[in-house]
Amino acid sequence: MLSKQELRIAAFATAIIAFAATSGSALAQKKYDAGATDTEIRIGNIMPYSGPASAYGVIGKTEEAYFNKINAEGGINGRKITFISYDDAYSPPKAVEQARKLVESDEVLLIFNSLGTPSNSAIQKYLNAKKVPQLFVATGATKWNDPKDFPWTMGWQPSYQSEARIYAKYVIKEKPDAKIAVLYQNDDFGKDYLKGLKDGLGAKTSMIVAEESYETSEPAIDGHIVKLRASGADVFVSITTPKFAAQAIKKLAEIEWKPLYIIANVSASVGGVMKPAGFENAQGILSAAYAKDGADLQWDSDPGMKKFYAFLEKYFPEANKLDGSVVYGYGAAQTMARVLQMCGDNLTRENVMKQAASLKDFTPDTLLPGIKINTSATNFTPIDQLQMMRFKGEKWDLFGDIISGELSN
Amino acid sequence: MSAVQEVVTEAPAIDAVPKRAMTLGYGTSLVILALLIIVPLLVKNFIIFQLTMLLIYALAVLALNILTGGSGQFSLGQSAFYAVGAYTTAILMEHADINYALTLPIAGIICFVFGFLFGQPALRLSGVYLALATFALATAMPQLLKLGVFEHWTGGVQGLVVTKPDSPIAALFGYKISQDMWLYYFTLAITIAIYIFSVNLLRSRSGRAFMAIRDNEIAASAMGIDVALYKTLAFGVSAGITGVAGGLGAIAVQFVAPDSYTITFAISLFLGMVVGGVGWLPGSIVGSAFIIFVPNIAEGISKGLSGAVFGVLLFLVIYLVPHGARQVAMVAQHLIGKLKKN
Repeated sequence: MLSKQELRIAAFATAIIAFAATSGSALAQKKYDAGATDTEIRIGNIMPYSGPASAYGVIGKTEEAYFNKINAEGGINGRKITFISYDDAYSPPKAVEQARKLVESDEVLLIFNSLGTPSNSAIQKYLNAKKVPQLFVATGATKWNDPKDFPWTMGWQPSYQSEARIYAKYVIKEKPDAKIAVLYQNDDFGKDYLKGLKDGLGAKTSMIVAEESYETSEPAIDGHIVKLRASGADVFVSITTPKFAAQAIKKLAEIEWKPLYIIANVSASVGGVMKPAGFENAQGILSAAYAKDGADLQWDSDPGMKKFYAFLEKYFPEANKLDGSVVYGYGAAQTMARVLQMCGDNLTRENVMKQAASLKDFTPDTLLPGIKINTSATNFTPIDQLQMMRFKGEKWDLFGDIISGELSN
Repeated sequence: MSAVQEVVTEAPAIDAVPKRAMTLGYGTSLVILALLIIVPLLVKNFIIFQLTMLLIYALAVLALNILTGGSGQFSLGQSAFYAVGAYTTAILMEHADINYALTLPIAGIICFVFGFLFGQPALRLSGVYLALATFALATAMPQLLKLGVFEHWTGGVQGLVVTKPDSPIAALFGYKISQDMWLYYFTLAITIAIYIFSVNLLRSRSGRAFMAIRDNEIAASAMGIDVALYKTLAFGVSAGITGVAGGLGAIAVQFVAPDSYTITFAISLFLGMVVGGVGWLPGSIVGSAFIIFVPNIAEGISKGLSGAVFGVLLFLVIYLVPHGARQVAMVAQHLIGKLKKN
């Protein structure tokens, strides 16, 4: 008898909590746009599974695995996620075709974490005209934070420019009379970084004594490095993607050039860059990070990373946990799930954007301690904090405060 | 002549095609035309967009077909001409506010000149060496487009966004015409015009000169054909048509960026030509369908291995029908002929 009463109280309490949880966003009134029903939420995604950037395809696979996990655990507010991911081979015209297929044929609620600056630039206008959310795009270009002109587009990771500004600030503070040599990739990624670096140096842009650019089609970049050394620089900023970053580290060791060495975050992977380049060659290199590195032993007992490893074991066992893209996909998918959860039963495209722009101190499992996701109607940069780090032994040592890379600084 | 040389000269395996075999019969042409006109009225906008791209790539494949199938010269550099056309249209539309329809002939003329000039040094090359020179052009193009000097116009690595034109007629017979549908019929009209032009070109004196050069250069010059002129002319015409296709592509996709026009795209066009049948103009549309839809099918079969699946499908096509769509069409024609007799 008593137990029955207890049960009733418990049921009542649950009902109240459930009501309180859902009534916040919509007055228990269900509202849907295309792509959402009582039982399903359709999410579109575009990834370069083939072509020159196919290494990033693993991000899409991680996200698919993460949504499988969510579905296995009962979905979001009772709705299962259908994750439709297409290949664009990193070709903008193909991205347009796939985006249109997702919106007009598959009728997805939103497009999430599509990868690459060129591909996202190609579909941005179309999606904004159609009023379809283009959420958490997988590129670090600065232009995604433009709520005024493109209210349906939002980035996720810190922008390349804000990261580069942090390096500029660091150099000015630690080495005011530095002579900087820059090696950068001749594409949107490299140029954005270079701009950030120059903006950060401000009046001291003349500190840059040498600039060299390389094409991704070049087999080796040794020549550029020898040239940069000849400039007499004592700070070396390497704006490179992983393959070239590892080459550069090796080459510097080979010619025994030991400047203050800064490497872009995209190539700060222990497993993907430092290890192949040789740990002994990478000592003392500086970078900045916002996410934990799956190859870094210091996170083995971290509760967030433990959840991440457990997820990989159960839902994505073939994944390489050393691959930074896996950590990336997990964090992005978790942010997406959070936004959909906040939407409650009001799954209109407008509300999705509204909720995406109302994230408060959200911390996915894989972000560094202290780094939080915050967005608002005028701030479309979910992650804009980074922490400097120095490579020591076989891992990165974080140092200094968490720095905000906001462009206003 | 050594045996090796013989193999090399015979490699292209292009038969001396009788004029009629270059095109389709009247009846078949009309049926295909009717299909191209009616189908868009019945499908979603997204499919209309795909069909527009089908026509645009068909134009680019057709241009390559005139060059390779007509005059026997190879090119892996079509993506470069396509890029020049696309950028010409995009820059004229966005920076000079010129009407989109007017940008196309300009794109065509610029590409014609570009192709004609490129044809001059290329004259000294033949076979694989020519393919290599055009290959170099295709690899260089994306980097040239990124150059800081042109950045003000090209948008550099970020590319340029193009505004899609509205339909000048909002509705016809109570039938609403969307932007996509308008662009489709606009493209279709241009495609038909260029197709008719190409067919007539190949049937004309110039066309015969192209084919004479293709079949035997020495014999052709002995007959009084100005080999150098006609070879560069073929390059120019091919580049011009590719440029128009590029311009249309820029309007349809609404975006141009260096990464859109890589060597992969040039190889796709080459692939389209082989699948459609070298020297058979109607095959261009089949080849174009192959390069647009088969990757999607391959992706449907396996996401991680889409490239491999695509390779297997391509291998099957080449192995089973080495002459591409032309072979299939001829077999079909033969069968229909038999049925009629019975």
